[in-house]
Amino acid sequence: MPEPMGFFTDTTVCIGCKACEVACKEWNQLPAANGGVRTLSGDSYDNTRHLDGIHWRHVKFIEQFTADRREGRWLMMSDVCKHCVRAGCLEVCPTGAIIRTEFDTVVIQSDACNGCRDCIGACPFGVIGINPVSGTAQKCTLCYDRMKAGLEPACAKACPTESINFGTIADLKKMAQARVGRLQGAGESRAYLYGADEGMLGGLNSFYLLVDKPEVYGLPPDPKIPSRNLKSSAVWSVLGAVAIALTSLVNFRNRGARDV
Amino acid sequence: MSSTFFTASPQWRWLIVAYFFLGGLAAGSYFLATLMDLFGKSRDRRLVHLGYLIAFPLVGLCGLVLTVDLGRPERFWHMLIQSETLRPMIKTYSPMSLGAWALLCFGGCALLSFVAVLAERGWLGWPLLRRLSPPAFVGRLVTVVGALLGFYVAGYTGVLLSVTNRPIWADTTLLGLTFLISAASTSAALLILLGFWGGASGDSIDALEHFDAFILVLEAIAIAGLLVSLGRIAMVWLNGWGLLLAVMVLGGIALPLYMRLRAPGPRRAIGPVLVLLGGLILRAVIIFSSDRLS
Repeated sequence: MPEPMGFFTDTTVCIGCKACEVACKEWNQLPAANGGVRTLSGDSYDNTRHLDGIHWRHVKFIEQFTADRREGRWLMMSDVCKHCVRAGCLEVCPTGAIIRTEFDTVVIQSDACNGCRDCIGACPFGVIGINPVSGTAQKCTLCYDRMKAGLEPACAKACPTESINFGTIADLKKMAQARVGRLQGAGESRAYLYGADEGMLGGLNSFYLLVDKPEVYGLPPDPKIPSRNLKSSAVWSVLGAVAIALTSLVNFRNRGARDV
Repeated sequence: MSSTFFTASPQWRWLIVAYFFLGGLAAGSYFLATLMDLFGKSRDRRLVHLGYLIAFPLVGLCGLVLTVDLGRPERFWHMLIQSETLRPMIKTYSPMSLGAWALLCFGGCALLSFVAVLAERGWLGWPLLRRLSPPAFVGRLVTVVGALLGFYVAGYTGVLLSVTNRPIWADTTLLGLTFLISAASTSAALLILLGFWGGASGDSIDALEHFDAFILVLEAIAIAGLLVSLGRIAMVWLNGWGLLLAVMVLGGIALPLYMRLRAPGPRRAIGPVLVLLGGLILRAVIIFSSDRLS
């Protein structure tokens, strides 16, 4: 059985070249434009804007500038499916199309998916979307086909600054912790790891080194599994059913008494 | 900010609103028909028949709407059968998976009761089919199981929304309860209207109106509970959607209730029509107000 594999993305060395996005699209044969419609964001050099069914990698440009634009910084972050150990998409999928692989990654089997879109709303990170070509939900597979052949994922292979690191989760965690230590030692006290801890959805098999709050990067501060609401919702619904049944029985029984 | 605001919309829109509405009507109509079938009087037969006759076409329409909404409609059966192994596909912790099975089984019961009514009215000349309706044992079994499945079909849609990570939907656990009660109020309203036009006895319609008044009060309490459970998240409804929800509460709950309490007769269709519209608006507000937050 192979070891759990994943990504460690060090956002501090990302230069926003989007080579990962292009490599991902090329390898996975994803369309360049959505149904032939090319859209420009108009307010950023980032025109991808978000992850979806045809964008499995997205380099976010977080442009933090003062009003007079004298001071500012750009944060770059190559975002991707987090391959959660406790995956919301996998949990809700009613067709069994979403599976956990032998590499502990989460993959949507396009030939089994029927496009119900439950996984899209269940993903805590907004990663999944419908690919208009296949009509099915799609996202990063962590290049399952390449991994089966002993290759690293296309995005990690293309990354020129080693912002995207691929490997076993155990090795990546060691690498990430060492990097945080180096950054903090050099005075970057804001550096921390997002998702490396098991407290977040059992651990994210794609985790990040960030230097600002998760919200700044468009990441949820406290992502949760969708089934957290299942029991409570079911109990309230049963109580509602009991209330309706009692109301109707009392109503019809009284009527019976009136008629007698 | 709630972590639900960092997610993507599944883009469930009018077809899903329609399904939630029609599914509630089918389930509620079947439940009320069963109730009158088992506990009612002989003069309720007309309304019992109307309930069973409307439930099956509605559940059929639900299946069609859900299939059309899929990205790959020809794969609708993947919800029920694993496409590779051809084994049953059931996930007890996935509301959509169990819901697909509940809808199928409820549809089966609705079909049997539909056929039983056709037999009872002499439109199908096979006497054995009359055993599909109470007081025959098989008939009792079919209707009771169908009514219980109806409760599931009416409520699981709200549970399904809460078992996501979307804003509003996953920020409360009261959507199943709210949809269930709304299904009861709208289906009672539908049967009242069908009763007007289908020649049901005044006494049967009175009983339904009385029932609907109680349910409308429960619905108002459920919506108030929903707002409380959302807490600060309810602030996202300080817009047109919130206004529409307020219109729904006033026009689809308060006004029909007022009309019923102040002037029980002569009977007017306007009250039940408002309740039906209110049920549709409620589902549209819940679905679209979250969809717009992506």
